[in-house]
Amino acid sequence: MTKTKTADTPAETPHQSVSGNAAQNRPAQTDSATDGRLRIRHLLGLEGVCREDIERILTTAESFKEVLDRPIKKVPPLRGQTVVNLFYEPSTRTRISFELAEKRLSADVVNFTASTSSVTKGESLRDTVKNILAMRTDVIVIRHPSPGAPHFLTRATDAIVLNAGDGSHEHPTQGLLDIYTIWERWRDLRGKRVLIVGDVAHSRVARSNIWGLLTMGAEVAICGPATLIPRSFSDYGVEVYTDIDKALDRGVDAINVLRIQRERQGSAFLPSLREYSRLFGIDSERARRLRPGALVMHPGPMNRGVEITSEVADGANSVILDQVTNGLAVRMAALYLLCGGQATPGREGE
Amino acid sequence: MKKEQPTAAIRAIVGGRVIDPATGYDGVADILITNGQVERIGRGIASGIPDDAVIHAEGMIVAPGFIDLHTHLREPGREDEETVETGSAAGVSGGFTTLCCMPNTEPAIADQETVRFVVDRAQSAPGKVHPIGSITRDRKGESLAEIADMVAAGAVAFSDDGAPVANAGLLRRAMEYAQMFDVTLVSHCETPDLSRDGVMHEGSVSTKLGLRGIPAISEEICVARDIALARMTGCRLHIAHLSTAGSVELVRAAKAVGVRVTAEVTPHHLMLTDDLVARDFDPLLKVNPPLRTKEDVAALREGLLDGTIDCIATDHAPHAEQEKDGEFDLAPFGMIGLETALGVCQRALIDNGLADWPFLIDCLTRRAARVFGLNAGRIEPGAPADIVCFDPQAQWEVTLSSLKSKSKNSPYVGWTLTGVVRATIVDGQLVYRNLLNAESAPATARARATTSKTAGSPARR
Amino acid sequence: MKPGLTQARVFMDSAAVRRAIERIAHEIIEHNQGVEQVVVIGIRTRGAPLAERIAEAITRIEGQAVPVGYLDISFYRDDIKAAMSQPVVQKTEILFNVNGKAVVLVDDVLYTGRTIRAAMDAIMDLGRPRAIQLAVLVDRGHRELPIRADYVGKNLPTAENEQVVVGLKEFDGTDSVTVGRPAPRRKESLPATLDFNLDQ
Repeated sequence: MTKTKTADTPAETPHQSVSGNAAQNRPAQTDSATDGRLRIRHLLGLEGVCREDIERILTTAESFKEVLDRPIKKVPPLRGQTVVNLFYEPSTRTRISFELAEKRLSADVVNFTASTSSVTKGESLRDTVKNILAMRTDVIVIRHPSPGAPHFLTRATDAIVLNAGDGSHEHPTQGLLDIYTIWERWRDLRGKRVLIVGDVAHSRVARSNIWGLLTMGAEVAICGPATLIPRSFSDYGVEVYTDIDKALDRGVDAINVLRIQRERQGSAFLPSLREYSRLFGIDSERARRLRPGALVMHPGPMNRGVEITSEVADGANSVILDQVTNGLAVRMAALYLLCGGQATPGREGE
Repeated sequence: MKKEQPTAAIRAIVGGRVIDPATGYDGVADILITNGQVERIGRGIASGIPDDAVIHAEGMIVAPGFIDLHTHLREPGREDEETVETGSAAGVSGGFTTLCCMPNTEPAIADQETVRFVVDRAQSAPGKVHPIGSITRDRKGESLAEIADMVAAGAVAFSDDGAPVANAGLLRRAMEYAQMFDVTLVSHCETPDLSRDGVMHEGSVSTKLGLRGIPAISEEICVARDIALARMTGCRLHIAHLSTAGSVELVRAAKAVGVRVTAEVTPHHLMLTDDLVARDFDPLLKVNPPLRTKEDVAALREGLLDGTIDCIATDHAPHAEQEKDGEFDLAPFGMIGLETALGVCQRALIDNGLADWPFLIDCLTRRAARVFGLNAGRIEPGAPADIVCFDPQAQWEVTLSSLKSKSKNSPYVGWTLTGVVRATIVDGQLVYRNLLNAESAPATARARATTSKTAGSPARR
Repeated sequence: MKPGLTQARVFMDSAAVRRAIERIAHEIIEHNQGVEQVVVIGIRTRGAPLAERIAEAITRIEGQAVPVGYLDISFYRDDIKAAMSQPVVQKTEILFNVNGKAVVLVDDVLYTGRTIRAAMDAIMDLGRPRAIQLAVLVDRGHRELPIRADYVGKNLPTAENEQVVVGLKEFDGTDSVTVGRPAPRRKESLPATLDFNLDQ
């Protein structure tokens, strides 16, 4: 009575066709050529975000860079809207950048800084969300050590959610500002080769860069110690190297040097920073082998002398400080575009 | 907490397709029940029995009640999540008449008293519940628990489920000791050093999501180790919730050389894959062992079909709503499964033509009973009348309110499943009926045996 | 030109548009007694080429070039939450100082006045002009704010449910002003809904 037919049909998971980050997308409602709204409703990650959306954020960011050069660096589009910056991890740069972006868009800003260490698991975010709901918040910017915490917020609230870094998952505004910095130089990323060096396994910056750059048509390579470079990135069309010289030999138009966490030293991942620096540190000799006009980037804060030497970080090719300025413009653009799309019928101006 | 309820003794089940893999019976027949036991199986033998003691099962499949070798009932300790009674009620509504509950309670089922407590609590449950005792004292993995005492009190198997016995030396002694009583040790196979802090299957999906991975070899190394120890000691070893293609291969090879090893697979590992986590980081999809890849699912199905895997077990693991509603990596592992097992297995094995009903029922009954040596899982004269009647064609939508388990952590909420349990009988008593969708069921199937107003509420034995 | 007008009537052809721009240029010169301190700023999108044409006419008449700038008012709109669609943000390019200048804002149609309000706010954030004046090709009425134009190509009384469409040769190949009623919108085909149900 037992059929011994082989299991030739694999698991039925037809839902697989729905690619990741389903939560952040909304159906298109109008013609994208004349409508400046984004397809995404939330910015949870760059994985799954379409090229049109990324380009729209980049071009809008360019307009905001012009605003940042004005004597009055503030514009009113988010007037009356409340933005909560919900930071569960210490972060100075990203939080200040978001806060400034929100204030320059005339939003009301509330900062909520919490640490997950003091609260029992799971309860903190859930309870905080209830408080946020009670405050009638329009936008939540969240940084959290758990991957997917921003996705949870989209399920639990009606607010527009921007991910400011969730564990090792994504840091989309950092990815966008890195991409903006490259785009500003060449306007077209197709065929450009970007090399990301360092602890890719634990890096949300690397992931957001990878998805965004691939969508924009760039070639992406990653390089670092095998303990910190998951091989399965090659499943997504990323070139994986463990030899920096080979990675550089293939030609690099932009190099993004990741911060190496000092805690990794002496762990199972890395014997010593000295050895890391010798194998993967970017010094002027290695920087010389980049393509002419190549960009040197670093998301900061830098460990000078470990993953990058001061010579390179402060050198002619370095755009590390431009990245900071661009970060502000990109965050303004993302906030502006995401807040602009609450489709309720109204009479248009003229 | 005795409720005023008249008995609902059933004396005949009429007109259904009786499938009993233990006897090889498969045909339309009536079943006569006397004193809680099956008396006779045959055609046209049920005349003269009052209608309120008859279940009209035309169009239904009538099978031995399902047996779950792997249930978490949370009692004692987390009665807010599940109790022996509520878990058993969920079980009978999913067709399970026998549950074997894992000892990872608070305190653990690690001594004679706690085994007795569970056995006692089972008396007021609608279905049968057998405790599984822990292998090591308080499940700490440090010294042997009093296995002989627990056997005497009614423990049917032993396991530290939730965690492996990491110390191979201790597990060796446990196997040698348990082998004296011919009881089965159930191994939760995982290598802590390889899966520490992991929250999902390690692979391209975990890499994409930045979630820490549990590699397949974490399970496989432990499966290999435990098989080697079983071979050495001669102990009966049952591997819980097999989840990888490599594990299937290891069990297949062990069986080929005669090791006394059996294995189970859960409905979710036969159905779901790791990429589902990427949609929404839904903690309801967080289980241990984690959902694996399509290739693993295919290998598990094949392993079940060729007999490498002996049976299907649910690993029903209730968790409170607040624990599963939050961050993925902070949520506990586990999903409930008793009520969805039939529908999910039908979809994973029958709807696609891989297996037929007698095979699936075999995996849920006779083959499961054989692993622990339980007196259940067959319909023949003299056997306990533990019987399930289900409509293999009717559909139901899984909703939070449709779930009877005290916890609702099911990833299938929102799914429409095929296969509706209409009536469940334990020792001849009707303990569950569901004729809510009576229009879609044969009119004659309306059992009027219980006085309970709400269809689907368990009647007491 | 936007398609989909029914009962369309053409109120200005390219000659009429040319004459209107010429007249506006004269009026600006006259009103400001020369163009010493005059700058012309076109509001994106359709005010931009009109500003260029007015500046060009002024230069031709006065023999003196006037600076031209372009203003995108997206960040100053008051309907960001209400708009059915969000216009694509374009660049603001004002490469001169507006302090002490007479700023002539240029747009194609004056309607509710909200765009002009937004444009004035934007200009104020750029500096402190001596004066802001407004030039439009068409004033169609229905003001919602106390705003009036200083220079008008044509006053065109319209019904509120009508639409004024300005065609410009820079975008549409030819100049024209047309009034009509919007054709009933074809129902947009709904996108295939992404079904997130696991059970598909």
